Amino acid sequence: MTLLDVQDLWVKFPTRQGIFEAVRGVSFTLGKERLGIVGESGSGKSMTGRAILRLIRPPGIVEADHVALEGTDLLGLSEKQMRKVRGERISMVMQDPKFSLNPVMRVGDQIMEAYLLHNQVGKAEARAKSLEMLQAVSIRDPERVMRAYPHEMSGGMGQRIMIAMMLIPNPQILIADEPTSALDVSVQRQVLNIMDDLVKQRGMGLIFISHDLNLVSEFCDRVLIMYAGRIVETCAADRLHEAQHPYTRGLLNSLPRLDQPRRKLDVLTRDPAWAEVPSVGGKA
Amino acid sequence: MALTEDKGERHPRAPLAPWLRGTLVTLGSISVTMLGLLLVTFVIGRVMPIDPVLAIVGERASQSTYDAVYEQLGLDKPIIVQFLYYLGDVVRGDFGMSLLNARPVSEDIARVFPATLELATLGTLIGVFLGVPLGVIAAVRRGSWIDQIARVVALVGYSMPIFWLGLMGLLIFYGILGWVGGPGRLDIFYQDIVPSRTGMILLDSAIAGEWGVFRNAFSHIVLPASLLGYYSLAYISRMTRSFMLEQMSAEYVTTARVKGMSERAVIWGHAFKNIRVQLITVIALSYANLLEGSVLTEIIFSWPGIGSYITTALLSADMNAVLGGTVVIGLIFICLNIFSDLLYKVFDPRSK
Repeated sequence: MTLLDVQDLWVKFPTRQGIFEAVRGVSFTLGKERLGIVGESGSGKSMTGRAILRLIRPPGIVEADHVALEGTDLLGLSEKQMRKVRGERISMVMQDPKFSLNPVMRVGDQIMEAYLLHNQVGKAEARAKSLEMLQAVSIRDPERVMRAYPHEMSGGMGQRIMIAMMLIPNPQILIADEPTSALDVSVQRQVLNIMDDLVKQRGMGLIFISHDLNLVSEFCDRVLIMYAGRIVETCAADRLHEAQHPYTRGLLNSLPRLDQPRRKLDVLTRDPAWAEVPSVGGKA
Repeated sequence: MALTEDKGERHPRAPLAPWLRGTLVTLGSISVTMLGLLLVTFVIGRVMPIDPVLAIVGERASQSTYDAVYEQLGLDKPIIVQFLYYLGDVVRGDFGMSLLNARPVSEDIARVFPATLELATLGTLIGVFLGVPLGVIAAVRRGSWIDQIARVVALVGYSMPIFWLGLMGLLIFYGILGWVGGPGRLDIFYQDIVPSRTGMILLDSAIAGEWGVFRNAFSHIVLPASLLGYYSLAYISRMTRSFMLEQMSAEYVTTARVKGMSERAVIWGHAFKNIRVQLITVIALSYANLLEGSVLTEIIFSWPGIGSYITTALLSADMNAVLGGTVVIGLIFICLNIFSDLLYKVFDPRSK
């Protein structure tokens, strides 16, 4: 079943040197699955996620044939209608909890706010729900965390709080934009496992944006590889090592591997022609 | 080992409570700053080429009269002793006699200061209530016509000489249109009706329920207060705009939008909460500036405040009055600084 259907998505920014195209005609679908988008920085993967939520601010321009959420084109909605989609149906976890949580508000207030925006309930119920959600992301002392400020939290805890906050209105789709890049390696997997469990339990669609091929192949069902604003290749996550495109191959070859030790890692050499080839369809 | 045990027994003192410690540190820093300020004013008073004795006794006094007053003022003592005397007097609230009207300077200041306080407070209120929203809107709608207007308004505020704007204001709104009261705090007809409690006529008349006096006082204060308010608006709106621009590009603002919040809630509920601390500093500074720096406005509007008091004293070599006024203004600066530090702790959880 298709939750999200993106057809021919463009994101453009007017600059002094002319129009910069961050995303150039990307098409893909998302069902109740975990879709990975991989690419280097500047490949347009974050912009794709933000364009779906219509978070690109003017002067940035978003164009598409359609970005349909269960048949409704999001680009045709008014700003007010779009606010009902954000949080309630599509949510997003961002890179660094140090910056994505409001530093002067208590954690509890921020989580409750996310719930109260989409549910007509009293504060007491929102509070109970928030505590429950904090427990669901394996936070041991939720009462204390509710009263704490973000700067009192570690990175891993901050990101779990972020996940709790973004899942509390029970959205259908979660966009995770480099959710573990700012975290210590030792807690990356813990946070991803928690997110993965919740996404599976709730039968959600996940768009996992990352530059880390290993994480993506482990935590996703399907992978889109982006380069210069286009999808250059798409494959099943467990078949990532069989990828054909020279860019993907280059990326894979530049990773160190325990089972194939090498004296010198390959360096990725880019072919300007890659940027000119039309986008591959990312539909399942 | 034995040594540490011994120490523990000899000093069974409990550590100070954090709030008590904080208060002591604050009081300590106030006294050090005040001491420095008093030292500077004292030295200025001594190096000025004005003979305080001559200013009191006059040029025709006999040598014996001169010597008597010289001794009475303590000028025969060593300078460090003189400073200690001065310090002792100031601590008791005694700034000496005004050489001009032979009244205690502290009484004079108590009379003129409320006039300035009233004017500067109203000016700051105008600056804050117009300047902050203007700055926020200019930041949120960056590059729009409202941002351009805010820019021009601030630029004019920065660059126009205040005496010129004051004179033009008087000419247009008082002279030609007659919408406001003229110079001074009240029309003669309304003077001395309301007993002085706070020295601020708007407050006094409101307390006494004399609304006619209140209206008249308001018509007098509104023009100079708007003028000062305009200057503080120019500063406050520019600073608010740059603080807000910084916050609006922060990632937590995106988080708030992702939650599905309205833009208004994102701006006032999330971004604005993060500029409060910086804004307090700016407002406190601007307030202190109005309390101290409204000399030109006070002179143009014949406002009997501390600015015109110090200016008159300075022009007639009344050093006691000048120094007293300077110390009071210094004290206000220090108090406003401490007040804004205290508010920091309220608004920014990270500073605890």
